[in-house]
Amino acid sequence: MSMRTPLGMVRGLGSARDGTHHWWMQRVTAISNIPLIIFLIAFVISHLGASRAEVVASVANPFVAILLALTMISVLWHMRLGLQVVIEDYVHGHGTRLAALLANSFFTAALGVAALYAILKMSFGL
Amino acid sequence: MAEFSLPKNSKVQQGKQWPKPAGKKLRDFKIYRWNPDDGKNPQVDTYTLDMDKCGPMVLDALIKIKNEQDPTLTFRRSCREGICGSCAMNIDGTNTLACLKSCEDVKGDVRIYPLPHMPVVKDLVPDLTRFYAQHRSIEPWLKTTTPEPQTEWKQSPEDRAKLDGLYECILCACCSTSCPSYWWNGDRYLGPAVLLQAYRWMIDSRDEATGERLDNVEDPFRLYRCHTIMNCSKACPKGLSPAKAIAEIKKMMVERRV
Repeated sequence: MSMRTPLGMVRGLGSARDGTHHWWMQRVTAISNIPLIIFLIAFVISHLGASRAEVVASVANPFVAILLALTMISVLWHMRLGLQVVIEDYVHGHGTRLAALLANSFFTAALGVAALYAILKMSFGL
Repeated sequence: MAEFSLPKNSKVQQGKQWPKPAGKKLRDFKIYRWNPDDGKNPQVDTYTLDMDKCGPMVLDALIKIKNEQDPTLTFRRSCREGICGSCAMNIDGTNTLACLKSCEDVKGDVRIYPLPHMPVVKDLVPDLTRFYAQHRSIEPWLKTTTPEPQTEWKQSPEDRAKLDGLYECILCACCSTSCPSYWWNGDRYLGPAVLLQAYRWMIDSRDEATGERLDNVEDPFRLYRCHTIMNCSKACPKGLSPAKAIAEIKKMMVERRV
């Protein structure tokens, strides 16, 4: 039984004065995801059965490479923000929550850099 | 992790069937019972009433049971007309006011539980201490810096109309205790009722502390645990929409930075 007053517990460490940017970016990336994912699906469908050389040839087009890169950035950013909310909702242990949030950020960053590296490599025909 | 099952000492067990009265229009009421003094798990007792001799609302039935069958049945009630908010409880799976819920609107047995996910004081009485402290924390009163006028603070009819759908809230806690986000993170998330009240003061044209109020709730937990689940608006026995009020707060947050 805590001997703190109910109001003291509710006020806690005070307002973080934060969260709006996170909420807003979730909406922004949701909007950018719509055209980008349509592009991605179209790109994948139009290359069904294509050889590696044909795909590399398409990605050599700067517009295709830039759109692919934007898709990865937008989708991964959105994923990281969304997963962060899920972790904050359900993971309550102080240490496990921190670890899960770190893992979420690191995983997304690693995936993003790997994707961009692959797109650039194909685009420059290396 | 969030807890998805009840702790051992909270698992609800089958209770007893109270003696049935004579009559034609019999109806079973299955009511959650828990007594802090007997050390037993909560149980669901069955009471049978003759509806020909009982008022139409669930609260009428509860009062009849308490008067005639079981004086130990514990619940809060006061005004019996939906304005005090005391008799909020979970009836037929939805949080509502017992005084406004007609027994006829319930199919089958009438199942009555306390408001979900709150500590129980006894039977149908939840402990709302934290809920009230959260309401206190948003400072629900007019805050001004300008010296008080000789008469009243004036407000145009248009500005007054902005309080419609907000001032009617009676703080019964039906909405907050129907919100899964409030269940998992009620220690930090303010919940729909308190956020609706916060918005009621943010939108009040006479108030001079709007920015301070926004600062106070701009927090990943206090405000942004709302994921527009909408249980709050579905539960509200007064027909208000806390979800809309929260959406308006989120809009104000963006508005002041773009």
